[in-house]
Amino acid sequence: MSTLIAISGLGIICLLLEIFNLRKILIPVTLIGLIAILGMTITEYYLGEPFIAADKYNMIVPTGFSQAFSILFIVLAILIVLMSPKFYQEKFAKIADYVSLKIFMLAGAVAMLSFGNFAMFFIGLEVLSIAAYVLAGSDPKNLRSNEAGMKYFIMGAFASSFILFGIALVYGATGSFDIATIAAVSSLQAGTLPVWFSIGFVMIGVGMMFKASIVPFHFWAPDVYEGSPTIVTAIMSTLVKVAAIGALFKLITILFVAVTPTYQTILVILSILTMSVGNITAMKQRNIKRMMAYSGISHAGFMMMTYLAVGSSANAVLYYAAAYGLAGVAAFAVIMGVCRGKDNEDISLFFGLRKRQPFMTVIFTCALLSLSGIPIFSGFFAKFFVFDQMLHTNHLTLVIFGIINSVIAVFYYLGVANVMITKESETNEPLRFPFEYKAVAVIAILLNILLGIFPNIIMGLEL
Amino acid sequence: MNIAIILIILLGGAIFTYLSGNRFASKVAILFSVAAAVFSVALYLKYGAAGATYHVDWISNPNISFSLKADGLAIAMVLLTTILLPLIILASLNREFKNEKLLYSLIMFMAFAMTGAFLSSDALLYYVFWEMSLIPIYFIIVLWGNGEIAKRRKAAMTFFLFTFAGSLFMMAAIIYMYVKTGSFQLEAFYNANLTQTEQIWIFLAFFLAYAIKIPIFPFHTWQANVYQKAPAVGTMLLAGIMSKMGAYSVIRWQLPTTPYASQEFRTVVLILCIIGVIYGAIMALRQDDLKRFLAYASLSHVGFVAAGAYALTYDALEGAVILILAHGFGIVAMFYSADVIHNRTNTLKISELGGLKTYAPKFTVAFFLSILSSIGIPLTFNFIGEFAIMYGLFQVSPWYALAVGTSLFLGALFMLRMFQDTMLGEPAKNLFRDLSKTELTVFSFLIIILVFFGVYVKPVTDLVSSSLEEIVMYINR
Repeated sequence: MSTLIAISGLGIICLLLEIFNLRKILIPVTLIGLIAILGMTITEYYLGEPFIAADKYNMIVPTGFSQAFSILFIVLAILIVLMSPKFYQEKFAKIADYVSLKIFMLAGAVAMLSFGNFAMFFIGLEVLSIAAYVLAGSDPKNLRSNEAGMKYFIMGAFASSFILFGIALVYGATGSFDIATIAAVSSLQAGTLPVWFSIGFVMIGVGMMFKASIVPFHFWAPDVYEGSPTIVTAIMSTLVKVAAIGALFKLITILFVAVTPTYQTILVILSILTMSVGNITAMKQRNIKRMMAYSGISHAGFMMMTYLAVGSSANAVLYYAAAYGLAGVAAFAVIMGVCRGKDNEDISLFFGLRKRQPFMTVIFTCALLSLSGIPIFSGFFAKFFVFDQMLHTNHLTLVIFGIINSVIAVFYYLGVANVMITKESETNEPLRFPFEYKAVAVIAILLNILLGIFPNIIMGLEL
Repeated sequence: MNIAIILIILLGGAIFTYLSGNRFASKVAILFSVAAAVFSVALYLKYGAAGATYHVDWISNPNISFSLKADGLAIAMVLLTTILLPLIILASLNREFKNEKLLYSLIMFMAFAMTGAFLSSDALLYYVFWEMSLIPIYFIIVLWGNGEIAKRRKAAMTFFLFTFAGSLFMMAAIIYMYVKTGSFQLEAFYNANLTQTEQIWIFLAFFLAYAIKIPIFPFHTWQANVYQKAPAVGTMLLAGIMSKMGAYSVIRWQLPTTPYASQEFRTVVLILCIIGVIYGAIMALRQDDLKRFLAYASLSHVGFVAAGAYALTYDALEGAVILILAHGFGIVAMFYSADVIHNRTNTLKISELGGLKTYAPKFTVAFFLSILSSIGIPLTFNFIGEFAIMYGLFQVSPWYALAVGTSLFLGALFMLRMFQDTMLGEPAKNLFRDLSKTELTVFSFLIIILVFFGVYVKPVTDLVSSSLEEIVMYINR
């Protein structure tokens, strides 16, 4: 509760600073605020009791799971906000809008994970989504950004309506929006629940799968990722994606009654499809942002494996989300630096990067190795923990497909690393890299390696 | 004495080498690698076959620990790694490389990862080290390799994908074992009660990883290209140590874990190994590129090692371990000779060489002695290994021994023919500088080891016998 209030307050402060013409101190204030909120959330997690007692309607019920995810979101948001001033250098006059929208996205993400009531969940989802639609189209003079915003908005609104309808149907079946009541009622009357309970659950699932870009609901992702300003792509492919994955995980734990064997089979099939379609399509991409979009789709496939073992894999999904999010932020920091001032993100911009910017080449290679799951980077353990959960629940097929996909993924991730090292670029003059991007990439990779060396930081948490 | 220190020395070596800058990188690397060698010799003197263990909890859920086990077998492998390491670095000392600090740091890091893989007794830790050793060698090939950059990239990529794919299946098998036994410890794996079907699948998953790494026919397709494209240091690391990691893992992890399947698949695997032995020898006869020639010769020899390991008798296993060590030192000497030739003549085509003997008597002797050892002439280290393997195979079936025996003849044929074509004959047109002091040091070290243990192999057998007896006990349970 306190986290959510503080983040929303911070977003409003951002807007106020604009009114008082204090744009210069906006980024420092936001960063300090976010770090303070991070500290508060961590303290709250370890104290085990919230600073602000729950309201009597149980709108927000922080649990270990939601707090741990919130901490991850805040870390990702800090890293992204850190890059904002440089990215919006030319549009500094409007920076308050951009930053406050990102803070509101963070608020939405936190609400999506710590809700105690479906109404709150939907509000969180919409706060997150609407901010994302606006940000996707936040480069109005660029045609592709317009396309991205429009496409994302129309399809996203459609998905939101699915979720809303689903919530209504679940309400109709159980008579409540409160998650504790729903879980209690549905498990008590497991056999006699009306059919629309399952229908509602499926509709919520479909909507959330859209948000997490799981095949076959993924078609928006590449276009939107490609068209949006790169910093927005970074936040969408990390924060928004892991928020959607985490929220669906929580929804499945609440509505576990509806997870029938048939539904599990469908999850298995979707997971295999998501991994394979994402990876195979990624191999063919020439645009680095599209490649990251498809790679993100395949990672969503890995993360959704945990839905088959919701009882025991909360740590695994959180670990995967953290590993993926941190590697993603590091990769995007480099992409933003390399593609700065260019009108496209073609892979040829990365040719010969080793000679022009050796340090960032190393960082980018590390990020790619983590995404492909090579040890000491946390990406490896992320996959390992998920596979471990899957074998514990007898899903050998998924593990085998996961392995095949890991091999495919190595092919294109290392392909990018390869062209940076071996191909010749047009110019050999050193590439100037903004300090902020460098710092963010380094911090993200260091955190990633830290998680890889001490996985217990997350796996030891009680969620 | 804490056995984790050796890992710290190597990792510290990697870091300090990088930090020390291009000028001092090679010296710092040599310093640390010699320290590691001294430490591992101390480890051998202190513990010998008795062994030592080290255990720290790492991850609580799933239960993974940082546990090392240095028994005789592991110490033998660590000795191989850490003694070869300074020699390999010394061998590349007077070659020029771009960005030396990165190269030597990657070499040290690779040695760190491989030593870790030899020592770990926790399956996941072992897997992490196993996989980690892949990264540095990939970049060594891509950044410092020979030939066109596009072809080099392709070779490195094929290598990476092959081995990565193989080891991921091994990871699945390891997790399966964990689900079954609730532990990643080596002992738990040995004592797991697996059904016959489970054993067969786990055996195959492990086999895929190891057959690609060693490599065993028909999983060898990456090898010749990679050995050719890799720089000399890379080839020495790959052929000298990394392929041994596969053979060691067969003995350490695969056979005792799946005894039933090992017996079941013995015939098939032995036939594959023997095909590899003969195929490698025949292919070697037809190669014109010296490094490709050595790659196929190496394929033939590691096929021999694998046959020894998969024969499942004590004598064959002992022979396999001896041949692992002997081939490790021998192949490094061979590839170093190739590097010396390449360095001076700028070609590796056997047809363009010839008559080098006239100018370089010292090199000729060194090269000839390495070849003799590689052929397995009596009183060399290889001979003892090959003999023990043949004896072990004979116990399984005389036919295997006979088939493998033909390769000894073929081996002598292709090696001596290559020696004739490169060293003997009409004096070469261009002057060929004889060995420098550094080069002579490296060669003498390698040859002394090869001959000394050829004459007196008891220290090695004493060191590994108790570990092997334990492993044979588990295989025959």
